[in-house]
Amino acid sequence: MRVISKLLSACVLFAAFFTTVNTWSGEAQPLAADPELEKRVEAVSSELRCLVCQNQTIADSHAELAIDLKNQVREMLRSGKSNDDVVNYMVDRYGDFVRYKPPMKPTTYFLWFGPGILIIVGLFVLMVTLRKRKARIDESPQMSQDDLKKVDELLHSSPGDSKS
Amino acid sequence: MTRFIVPLGIFVVLGFFLYVGLHLNPREVPSPFINKPAPDFKLSQLQDFQQQFSPKDNLNKVWMLNVWASWCVACRQEHPLLVQLKRQQSDLEFFGLNYKDRPEDARNWLAQLGDPYKFSLVDMDGKVGIDYGVYGVPETFVIDKQGVIRHKVIGPITPSIVKDCLTPLTQLLQQDTATDAPEMKKVMKACA
Repeated sequence: MRVISKLLSACVLFAAFFTTVNTWSGEAQPLAADPELEKRVEAVSSELRCLVCQNQTIADSHAELAIDLKNQVREMLRSGKSNDDVVNYMVDRYGDFVRYKPPMKPTTYFLWFGPGILIIVGLFVLMVTLRKRKARIDESPQMSQDDLKKVDELLHSSPGDSKS
Repeated sequence: MTRFIVPLGIFVVLGFFLYVGLHLNPREVPSPFINKPAPDFKLSQLQDFQQQFSPKDNLNKVWMLNVWASWCVACRQEHPLLVQLKRQQSDLEFFGLNYKDRPEDARNWLAQLGDPYKFSLVDMDGKVGIDYGVYGVPETFVIDKQGVIRHKVIGPITPSIVKDCLTPLTQLLQQDTATDAPEMKKVMKACA
């Protein structure tokens, strides 16, 4: 029963959609009307941080401020501004913090190069440690051929005949 | 001996960073507007839509632009202080920016709780808010005689902010104190 009623309502919705679709023309264009613009809005807003929900981009967020900012992005792009113009506009207002890709400048050098430096330091420490270990092994007293033979005998003999 | 010094050193450094982190507020985004001209706008006054206001009208005046809304809980928290300041005729002159609010709600709010503002401006769609980099209400901008933003308070104003920051800062700005004057630096430190 449930399925049938769902199907029925879907049909009704579908029919309603087609009967109204003609009346739409001439009214405000739905957002999807300009997929090119929407793609750019999406691209720019996924580079901008939502200020009230800081681990989301304004493309992901449904916070009111994020929606307002997205509208602002759309409006600016529609009026012919470039993607960089829009990002710069936001940076002027909210600081570098709004950018998910931080710019390269002296205050962010540590952010950009820190991980690389850590890896290099880590590799260096690893190398030094390994070298030291190898040196310790090399320096340890060598066994003579006789000793080795003895070890071999001991390992391969059964407990009974070790008395010899 | 070094066996202990190295882990201890790492621990101390890590502890230091974590300790500093305890006192930082990740929600506080420093405004890049400090020492930049206040963005221009033209908005209607809340109590009289015919009257328009632009920040240029306030040149040669030290003033505060307080962003508020009737739906904002923290605004309710700071409001009595602003009303009290107005009653005491303090030097601080507050102009309201009614952010993303319904004018009738805003008027009711002021009628109920008192109106501490010279007047409030209607920013219904939040456009001016975006232009000023507002991301939460309340926010308060201190604007000097040249129309330059000198300080921004994020969150509700408290008596200690008024006493240690806003009042001395306003006084210094009224005397056209230079940015790098020692007393100005001292006040800005108290504001930070």
